[in-house]
Amino acid sequence: MIGERTNITGSARFRRLIEGGDFQAALDVALEQVRGGANLLDVNMDADLLDGERAMTTFLNLVATEPEVARIPIVIDSSRWSVLEAGLRCVQGKGAVNSLSLKEGEEAFLEQARTVRRYGAGVVVMAFDEEGQAETAERKVAICERAYRLLVEQVGFPPEDLIFDPNVLAVATGIEEHRGFAKAFLEALPLIKDRCPGARTSGGISNLSFSFRGNDAVREAMHSSFLFHAIRAGLDMGIVNAGQLVVYEDIEPDLLERVEDVIFDRRPDATERLVEYASRVRGEATKREVDLSWREAPVEKRLEHALVHGIVDFIEEDTEEARQRADRPLDVIEGPLMSGMQVVGDLFGAGKMFLPQVVKSARAMKRAVAYLEPYMEAEQAAGGGAPRARGKAVLATVKGDVHDIGKNIVGVVLGCNDYDVVDLGVMVPAERILDVAVEEEADVVGLSGLITPSLDQMVDVAREMERRGMDLPLLIGGATTSRQHTAVRIAPAYSQPVVHVLDASRVVRVVSDLLDAERRARLDVENRADQNRLRDLHAEKERKPLLPLARARENRQRVSFDDLSVPEFTGRRLVEPDLATLREYVDWQFFFHAWELKGKFPAILEQPVARDLFDDAQRLLDEIVSDELLQARGVYGFWPARADGDDVVLADGMRFCFLRQQSDYGDSRPNRSLADYVAPAGDHLGAFAVTAGIGAEELAARFTAEHDDYHAIMVKALADRLAEAFAEYVHEVARRAWYETGPKLPSEQLIAERFRGIRPAFGYPACPDHSEKSKLFALLGAEEAGLALTETYAMTPAASVSGIYLAHPEARYFSVGRIARDQVEDYAARKGVSLAGAERSLRPNLAYEPVEDEPEVKVVSASSGS
Amino acid sequence: MQDTRERLESILRQRIGVLDGSWGVLIQKRVRGEEEYRGDRFRDHPRDVAGNPDLLNLTRPDMVRDIHRSYFEAGADIATTNTFTATRIGQADYALEDVAAEMSLEGARLAREVADEFGGLVAGSVGPLNVSLSLSPRVDDPAYRSATFDQVAEAYAEQIRALREGGSDLLLIETVFDTLNAKAAIVAAQDAAPELPLWLSFTAVDKSGRNLSGQTVEAFWISVEHARPLVVGVNCSLGAAEMRPFVEDLAQIAPTWVACYPNAGLPNALGEHDELPEDTSRFLGEFARDGLVNIVGGCCGTTPEHVRQIVAAVDGVAPRVVPERRAATRFSGLEPLELRDDSRSAAGSGGRAPRRAPPRGPRAGRPPTPPGGGVHRAPAPPPPPGQETAALPAPPASP
Repeated sequence: MIGERTNITGSARFRRLIEGGDFQAALDVALEQVRGGANLLDVNMDADLLDGERAMTTFLNLVATEPEVARIPIVIDSSRWSVLEAGLRCVQGKGAVNSLSLKEGEEAFLEQARTVRRYGAGVVVMAFDEEGQAETAERKVAICERAYRLLVEQVGFPPEDLIFDPNVLAVATGIEEHRGFAKAFLEALPLIKDRCPGARTSGGISNLSFSFRGNDAVREAMHSSFLFHAIRAGLDMGIVNAGQLVVYEDIEPDLLERVEDVIFDRRPDATERLVEYASRVRGEATKREVDLSWREAPVEKRLEHALVHGIVDFIEEDTEEARQRADRPLDVIEGPLMSGMQVVGDLFGAGKMFLPQVVKSARAMKRAVAYLEPYMEAEQAAGGGAPRARGKAVLATVKGDVHDIGKNIVGVVLGCNDYDVVDLGVMVPAERILDVAVEEEADVVGLSGLITPSLDQMVDVAREMERRGMDLPLLIGGATTSRQHTAVRIAPAYSQPVVHVLDASRVVRVVSDLLDAERRARLDVENRADQNRLRDLHAEKERKPLLPLARARENRQRVSFDDLSVPEFTGRRLVEPDLATLREYVDWQFFFHAWELKGKFPAILEQPVARDLFDDAQRLLDEIVSDELLQARGVYGFWPARADGDDVVLADGMRFCFLRQQSDYGDSRPNRSLADYVAPAGDHLGAFAVTAGIGAEELAARFTAEHDDYHAIMVKALADRLAEAFAEYVHEVARRAWYETGPKLPSEQLIAERFRGIRPAFGYPACPDHSEKSKLFALLGAEEAGLALTETYAMTPAASVSGIYLAHPEARYFSVGRIARDQVEDYAARKGVSLAGAERSLRPNLAYEPVEDEPEVKVVSASSGS
Repeated sequence: MQDTRERLESILRQRIGVLDGSWGVLIQKRVRGEEEYRGDRFRDHPRDVAGNPDLLNLTRPDMVRDIHRSYFEAGADIATTNTFTATRIGQADYALEDVAAEMSLEGARLAREVADEFGGLVAGSVGPLNVSLSLSPRVDDPAYRSATFDQVAEAYAEQIRALREGGSDLLLIETVFDTLNAKAAIVAAQDAAPELPLWLSFTAVDKSGRNLSGQTVEAFWISVEHARPLVVGVNCSLGAAEMRPFVEDLAQIAPTWVACYPNAGLPNALGEHDELPEDTSRFLGEFARDGLVNIVGGCCGTTPEHVRQIVAAVDGVAPRVVPERRAATRFSGLEPLELRDDSRSAAGSGGRAPRRAPPRGPRAGRPPTPPGGGVHRAPAPPPPPGQETAALPAPPASP
């Protein structure tokens, strides 16, 4: 791809910056091009009132000092020789000059070419001579051949450094002489390739459709069709500005016929017929350049390209071609497809590809494999073998937890890297995970979870592995997991390697290390050393004394309750907003987090990967909204409430128990509890539970069945975002019903939480006990909105949010942190549960080792089956 | 002099050729103090000239001959002239611009004289200059350059004319830390001495494998391939052990003779290169046995004893086989780009920003310190693109 926005003749913005002398900002334009994936940068400074030599020199000098831009070669573009020469003196790399021609005769041409050669640059040659622009195929070929001979024989250019541009000219202009222009170009290409061996060809495709400016539907069809034929005829570089090219096969047949009638000049009324069609359609286009020259490569390269770029348009036809060439269908998988995925794996490993792209690659791979499956089955029936993978991983979200986006991504990434993946889904009990691992002769087990109780489930799985005497390495991942937790709690339970895998990008490295005896040993040593260190750090922290509960309570946050607001109603209300409303409340930042892309929204959209992901998400969301593929339902309400110590008690006696910070801050900071924000009498508590995930599993399953993990994961990521948006939306409704009277806040301010009151969720730092959710759900009648809790208090559907509303203006989010046994005993008594029960619920916060730490799951033996 | 090419090539077809070693340490042992540098001729020169080794071609020709002789006696096939900084630009801070050409001329003559005693060859040394065409010396004005391409090319042309007249067999454009400077030298060579074969020698400023202007060795090769050099190689900045990856890259891609003359290891705490002859020669012996090189020799810190042991280490080892030139459309910025292959994976080694550390000092022992200092200071490179924009780390690819 050639970056063209640094061309003054083509970019008004760039022109303004250069003419205004703002070269630094102009350099940013170049940077955008590079970040947008440009492989070469075209720089043009041709403007009437501009000192082109000086502008070219200044700009290219600046480019040289910006490594990210200087990384790629420069195409020095000018119609003025002096400007080209000035540019050549500034680039250390090998660039190209665009362009030379025989317009001013052989002598000038040769002299300029010799100079270009001295600087070691390539050269674009226009099919132009003393008589003007070549319009017929004969003239195009003759001029290119003449130039080729001069350049190769007299100047000593290697043919590969020559790029011929035989002029794409506008057709369907209504002028009789223009009718044959497209055809002439296509006819000239193979002749030029033949008579100028080794040289390249290029063409600015968008010239072709000049007379249809403003009608992008027709233009895109013209470009696609023309490019399709041009590539077949030998075009190496097609430069297309007018947006996404439509896929050739997707061009509407009637339009295609009319377009090709024009291109091939097949009938006298071709132009009229296309103009007539154009008057009936209008289209929109996005700005993008598409290079289809890869279609010309051998089939192995095409497959690799399709995999690397996640292009499914040609995958089946290419797979078929590869199959016909291969001895066995399996060879296609083990050969070109696997090596293509190897490239994907390498690029991802090297940080050159990003997660959304990898998932798209996997989609292309799955399509290809699905295409081959019937052939392989037929062959297996006839006695052939099955493919061998590098290793096998069993993955599961642990019992009680339903979150699986991260796990699914890890599965896709491993699959891409030639590992067999057995994905057991969500809420999988320990015994089933391990039984399957044994049955399937897995090489590694991977556990995932999002909520804190899942951490204990992971410990149980580790214990059970130890008890069974297994030797499989155990991988730990998921949003609440951490290196610390893995080191302190999980690893000590199992004597084989237990490795925390931070994100999907690391997993391949870790698994491949673990499958190699020598590297496994090395990884194990390093991992254990790291975990020992983390355990020491943790122990160090543990030694810090905590305040006795009574003293922490004395140091509570004291707020004024002089002016209590009263909500419009008490009791609960069901809400069922339409998705279009919720869409407005989405905080996209976290959507990119889910895909492991870092950056601030919306600035992140300048990254092409993020932009593509966002566009895909919007398209899917359009569909979800218009076809009501997901449903959002929720409930919220208000109840008279008062604080009683660290509890909040409702009128009917329901008691929410909260925890208090016990750290000794040694300064003026209070030891807070959420109960501090509720008045001892005459106050209210709000509560809510919402989901936007109704239908998400089904929709995701539909995509999975179509071998489209990309969209399956996307569905869940979007459902999560909509659920959060729903929570934001209901909170706004609730605030207005309670105390907020001013104008509505714009959504940026919502996201920045610039409003009064908070909505803490059980299981999160300010109130870390997930089990309080059972009271919350009972209070709200959340089942009626389609929500439920698992045995470890994860909400279903997965895309759900629940919590309480506190109205006090001074209410803030905080983290309870470590708590001592005196508080846990007090808490258990208040809550009416056993100490052991409370300790289980609060495990991550305990500042001490509980005496009784029996696994919650009683494990049946491996042989008992199911 | 057309037969030089043939003479050298006939050696290289049979065995690994050997270049001489450094000048700096040997000169420091023999010449001390301002007076010895000045001799009679420059007794009243208004500026200090101590540490200007190229001046010794005019004031201590006997000593220069001695050093050449000691290297030929150690078994070197090729001598480098003592002219690393002998350009109008390089001599400006000594106020010796007007004798720069004479230094080059005499430097070539002295080397020629001794080479003829031994039947050796003379490589006219063309150094990198103390100005950079790719970098700005002004932090606040990155588009500024302290010299123009034409000024640099003209300074080189003057030196090259003198080296040619003095009897050089080939031109050694060495310690290339700025490829644009080298391109100016190539233009100068094509004008001033079109018949002399070229030897282009890249220098990586650190283990990143990039030169000061940021190019990888492959991007460098693509940038200078048009000069059709007889020899291309790597020298200076690093010891042989650190240099190996770049020599391997070059050996693989360059369809011409490949050379390597490393420093005597990385500099020690005192900035001296003190790798022993046994070690340098062992590394180069390995390069030779692995088929990576056609010419070896020494750069900073190496001595006739190094060269003697290098000669022994490569004796009888088959030289690298020069690969066929592979026709392909290639371009380069700081990184290579090859068309036709998947353009994304061909787009270079992706993301690594060039390092901008100054080179560790050229062959002749005098670093190209700019007048006033700081010519090579460039704005701090931005973080690698990948790191800035994406969460993904860049672990080495799985095997």
